Amino acid sequence: MNLVLIAEQTLNGLQFGILLFLLAAGLTLVFGIMDLVNLAHGSFYMMGAFLFATFYTLTGSFFLGIALGIPATLAVGVVTEVLALRPLYARNHLDQVLATFGLILFFNQLVQVIWPLDGMSVPMPAYLDGAVRIGFGIEYPVYRIMIIGSGLAVAAGLYFLVQRTRLGMVIRAGASNRTMVGALGVDIKLLFTLVFGLGAVLAGFAGMLMTPILSATSGMGEQILILAFVVIVIGGIGSIRGAFIAAIITGLIDTLGRSFLDVLLLAVLPANAAEAAGPALSSMLIYILMVAVLFFRPQGLFPPKVR
Amino acid sequence: MRRTEFLRPIFLYRAFVLATCAFMPVLAPLVGEPYWTDIFLRIMIWAIAAVSLDLILGFGGMISFGHAMFIGLGGYTVGILAYYEIFNGFIQWPLAVLISGAVAAVIGAVCLRTRGIYFIMITLAFGQMIYFLGVSAEEYGSDDGLIIEARSEFAISVGDASWALDLGDPMVFYYLVFIILVVVLGIVQRIVNSRFGMVIRGVKSNQGRMAALGFDPFRYKLVCFIIAGMICGLAGALMANGEKYISPDMMHWTKSGELIFMVVLGGMATVFGPVTGALVFLFLSEILSNITQNWHLIFGPFLVLVVLFARRGIDGLFARNTKER
Amino acid sequence: MIMKRFLGLLPAFALAALPTAAMAEPIKIGFVTTLTTGAAVIGKDQQNAVELALDHMGRKMGGRDVIIVYGDDEFNPQKGKQKTEKLVKRDNVDIVAGYIWSHVLLASKATVLDAGKILISANAGPSPLAGKSCHKNFFNISWQNDQTPMALGEVLNRKGVKSLYIMAPNYAAGKNMVAGVERTFKGEIVGKDMTKWPTQIDWAAEMTKAKAAKPDAVFTFYPGKHGPAFIKQYQQAGLTGKIPLYTVYTIDSIGLPRMQKAGLKGVLGTFMTQFWAPDMDNAQNHRFVADFKQRHGRYPSFYAAQAYDSMFFIKAAVDEVKGNIADTDGMRAALEKADFPSIRGAFTMGKNHFPVQNFYLREVVTDADGNWTTALREAVLTNHVDPYAKDCKM
Repeated sequence: MNLVLIAEQTLNGLQFGILLFLLAAGLTLVFGIMDLVNLAHGSFYMMGAFLFATFYTLTGSFFLGIALGIPATLAVGVVTEVLALRPLYARNHLDQVLATFGLILFFNQLVQVIWPLDGMSVPMPAYLDGAVRIGFGIEYPVYRIMIIGSGLAVAAGLYFLVQRTRLGMVIRAGASNRTMVGALGVDIKLLFTLVFGLGAVLAGFAGMLMTPILSATSGMGEQILILAFVVIVIGGIGSIRGAFIAAIITGLIDTLGRSFLDVLLLAVLPANAAEAAGPALSSMLIYILMVAVLFFRPQGLFPPKVR
Repeated sequence: MRRTEFLRPIFLYRAFVLATCAFMPVLAPLVGEPYWTDIFLRIMIWAIAAVSLDLILGFGGMISFGHAMFIGLGGYTVGILAYYEIFNGFIQWPLAVLISGAVAAVIGAVCLRTRGIYFIMITLAFGQMIYFLGVSAEEYGSDDGLIIEARSEFAISVGDASWALDLGDPMVFYYLVFIILVVVLGIVQRIVNSRFGMVIRGVKSNQGRMAALGFDPFRYKLVCFIIAGMICGLAGALMANGEKYISPDMMHWTKSGELIFMVVLGGMATVFGPVTGALVFLFLSEILSNITQNWHLIFGPFLVLVVLFARRGIDGLFARNTKER
Repeated sequence: MIMKRFLGLLPAFALAALPTAAMAEPIKIGFVTTLTTGAAVIGKDQQNAVELALDHMGRKMGGRDVIIVYGDDEFNPQKGKQKTEKLVKRDNVDIVAGYIWSHVLLASKATVLDAGKILISANAGPSPLAGKSCHKNFFNISWQNDQTPMALGEVLNRKGVKSLYIMAPNYAAGKNMVAGVERTFKGEIVGKDMTKWPTQIDWAAEMTKAKAAKPDAVFTFYPGKHGPAFIKQYQQAGLTGKIPLYTVYTIDSIGLPRMQKAGLKGVLGTFMTQFWAPDMDNAQNHRFVADFKQRHGRYPSFYAAQAYDSMFFIKAAVDEVKGNIADTDGMRAALEKADFPSIRGAFTMGKNHFPVQNFYLREVVTDADGNWTTALREAVLTNHVDPYAKDCKM
C-alpha cells in the first residue's frame, strides 16, 4: 500500500462522488421544493444515457451527442412531469413512491422496446481515451478527470444559479415555504416543471457521462438510484450543499472501503473470515453510514431550515 | 350485528374469496387447470406477509421498505436448519418466528427514531443489509439459494400413540396454509380493534396528540413492528416449505415494494385488503405474462393508475357506502 | 363451460387408451429460458438455436411432430419455478429443458423431477446437481460450473503465470469460478476483489489496485452486459497490453459484435477456456454455425450451441425408444448412452449425468471476413470429469 495507490483511489472516490452528486442534486431539489419522492429519477439517468448513445452514434460526435441529448432528456422529463406527476404533488409520500415505482417498470420496458435488447454501447472518443500522468507518479484516465471537471463545473453552476440568480431565489423560497411563494404571485406550476426538468437533465447528464464507461442498458437506473437516495438522506433532503458534501463523502467511503477494507480486515481477522466478510461489508458500508448518520442526526447533515 | 348485515357486499365478497381459496384444490382440476392450486397457495402465503405489513403500514403508518427481509429470515431459518438435517417443524417454525421477532426488535429500535421518508430509507437500508448478508453466506448457497430437501415434519408421539402431519402431501400443506391465513386474519382483526390497536391508529393519525395523552408512541410502534415481523417470519417459513427453496432474492427491496403494492392495491387499513391485493397482484402478473412478454409496459402504468384513482384500494371500492374499516 | 370441458376430455381419454393412436400426437418439449429483462439476449440466442435445430431435424423426433413451449423465467427463480409448473402441470410437456441460471434451475428442479419427468439443463451446472443432489432423471448437456475455470487455471500454469490478480462478482457463480481457478492454478494470488453483483459496473477502484499489485496476469469473470463494460474499463485504465487478461464466460459471440462496433481492440488476443468454439471442426458444428450465421447475422454463442445440442440429444433418445417418450426408463437409458451428433464431436455422458469432455484454450481473433470471434487453440483438459462426480451416488 503506497501513497500513489491511496491518491489514485481518492481520485476514484471523488469521481464516484461527483457522479452521485449529479444524481442527488436533482433528486434533492425535487424533493425539497415539490415534496415529491421520485423513484423514477433513475429512469432519467437511463433515458439520458440512451438518447446520448443514439445521437452520438448518429452524428459520430461525442459533444453533439451531449448537446442533443440534453434537450431531449429535458423533453422527456417535462412530458413525464406534466402527464404523470402533476396529480401526485397533493398526495402523500407513499402514493408517490408507488406511482413512481410503476413508472420505473414502464421506462425499463420502454427502452427494451425502442432500443436493442442488450442496450447501446458507444466507443470512447480518441481524444478522451488513455491516461495522463498528473505528477507524483500518479497515472489517471483522462475521461475520469473530465468527469470530475464537468461535475465540479455543474456544481459551481448550480451554486451560482441557486444563490445568485432570481430564479434561484424563488427556488430557495419554494423550498422553505411553497404556499407563500404561490401567494406572492409566482407561477408555481411553471416553477415546478422547471425544477423537475432541471433535475431530469442533471440525472440524464450523469447518465451520458457514464455511458462510454458502462454502456446504456435497461435497469441501469435502479442501481444508482438507491445510492442517490442514501446521499440525499445523509445530506439532508432539500439541501444542495448537503447533497454535495454527502455525495463526496459517500463516494470516498465506498471507494476507499472497497479498496482497503480487505487489507484492514486481514489485520484483525483470520484469512477465511476476512475473505468472506470483506465483500459483504463493503456492500453494506454505505448503508451503515446512512444508518449511523440518521442515528445521530435524524434529519440528515444539513437539512434546510423550513418555514 | 344483525343478520342482514352479513349480506352486505363487503362480507359477501370476503366470504367468496375465502371460499374460493378453500375449494381451489377441488375446483382447479375440475376446470382443467390443476396448477391454479399452486398459484393460490403462493397467493395465500404472500397474503399472510402482506397482512403483516398492513398492520404496520396501513394501521400504524410505518412505511417499511424492508419488510421482505422477514420473509428471508423466516425462510432461511427453516432452510438452514433443514441443511443441517433438522426437519422438526416444532423447532423450525417457532425459531423462525422468534428470530424474526428479535431482529425486528433490534432494527425497529433503530429505525423508529426516524419518521417519514427517512424511515422509508432506513428500513430499506436494513433490508438491503440483510439481503447482502444472505448473498455472502456461501455455505448456504449465496444467491443460488438453498434447496430444502423436505418439508417440515410435525410429529408427536406419547408412549404408543403418535400423530403426524405430512406436509409433503400437497392437500395437507394447502389447507394448513389456509388455516394459518384465516387465523392470522383473526389475530390481526383482534389486534386492530383492541386498545393496543386504537393507540397505534391514533399514533398514525397524530403522534404528538397520543404522546400528550400519555402514551409512549415509540414503544407502541416498536411492539407493533415486532408483531408484524414475527407474522412475516412465519410467512417466510411457509414460503420455504412451499417452494422447497429459499434465496436472498426474496428479501430484495423490490420484493418489499411488491408487498407494499399488495397492501395498497387491496386497501390499506383494512384487515382483509392485503388478501385481495395479493390475489389481484399475483393473478394479474400471471395472466399478463402469458399474454405478452412486455407485460411490464402495461403493469407499470396500471400500478400508477391504481395509486392515482383507487386510493383506498379494491376493498375500499366496496366499503365506500359503509363505515366498515 | 365445465361440461364442455368434460365432453372435450372424453375422446382424449379414449385416445389415450390406444397407444398407437397416442403416438400420432406431437411430442411437447418445455424450454425454460430468459426472454425478458436485460439478459434476454442470451435467451433469444438459445431460442434461435432451438428453432434452428428443430428445423434441421425436420421438426420430427421418433417419427412424431415436435411442439416446443417456451417459458420465460424473467431471470428470477420464483418466476422460473412458476413457469416450470405451468409447463409441467398445464401444458403437460413430455420433457423439460433449458435453464440458463443456476438459481432458477435449483428452484425449479423439484417441480419436474417430482412429476417423474426428465429434466435437461442446457447451461446451468451447479455443483449440488453434479454431486450430492444428483438425480436419475436430471441430465446436463453443457458443463459443470467449476470445470471451465479449472481449465483456465491449467492454462495459467502452462503459460508460466506466477502471480495472479482476480476480479469476480460476489455471487454464487462468481465464487464458483474463482474456486475453480484456485483448484488448479499453482502460482500466487496477489489480490482478489469480489465485487457487488449486479449493481457494481464501475471497477475503477479495483483496477487501480490491480495496477498497483503488478501481477503477471489478471483473471476475471463478468457474464452478460458486465463483460463488455469490464473490457472497456480495462482498456481505459491502460491495462490492456500491459497485463494479460484471462477470462471465462465474459467474452462471447453475443458481446463481441458490440465490442467490435465500439472499437474495443483490447479484447483481441485475450485468452479464455471453453468446451467449444465456433470453429470446432466437425460436420454438425459446421452446419450449425453456418446456418446460424446466415439466419441471424453473427456467430452463435456457447449458450446457443448448448441449446442446439440439447435438441439433438433429446432426438437421439426419442428415436431410440421409437417415439414412445412416455417410456421414461427407456429414455433415460438412451440419454445415458448419449449416442447423438454433438457440435463438439464425440460425446460421452458421465455417470453423474454431466458430460465428460475436453476443455480448450480459446483466443479472440479476427476471422477471414474481418469479424471478431473466438478460435480454438489447444486442448487443456481432456475427457475431464467434474470434481463433484464422486459425491453422486448414482
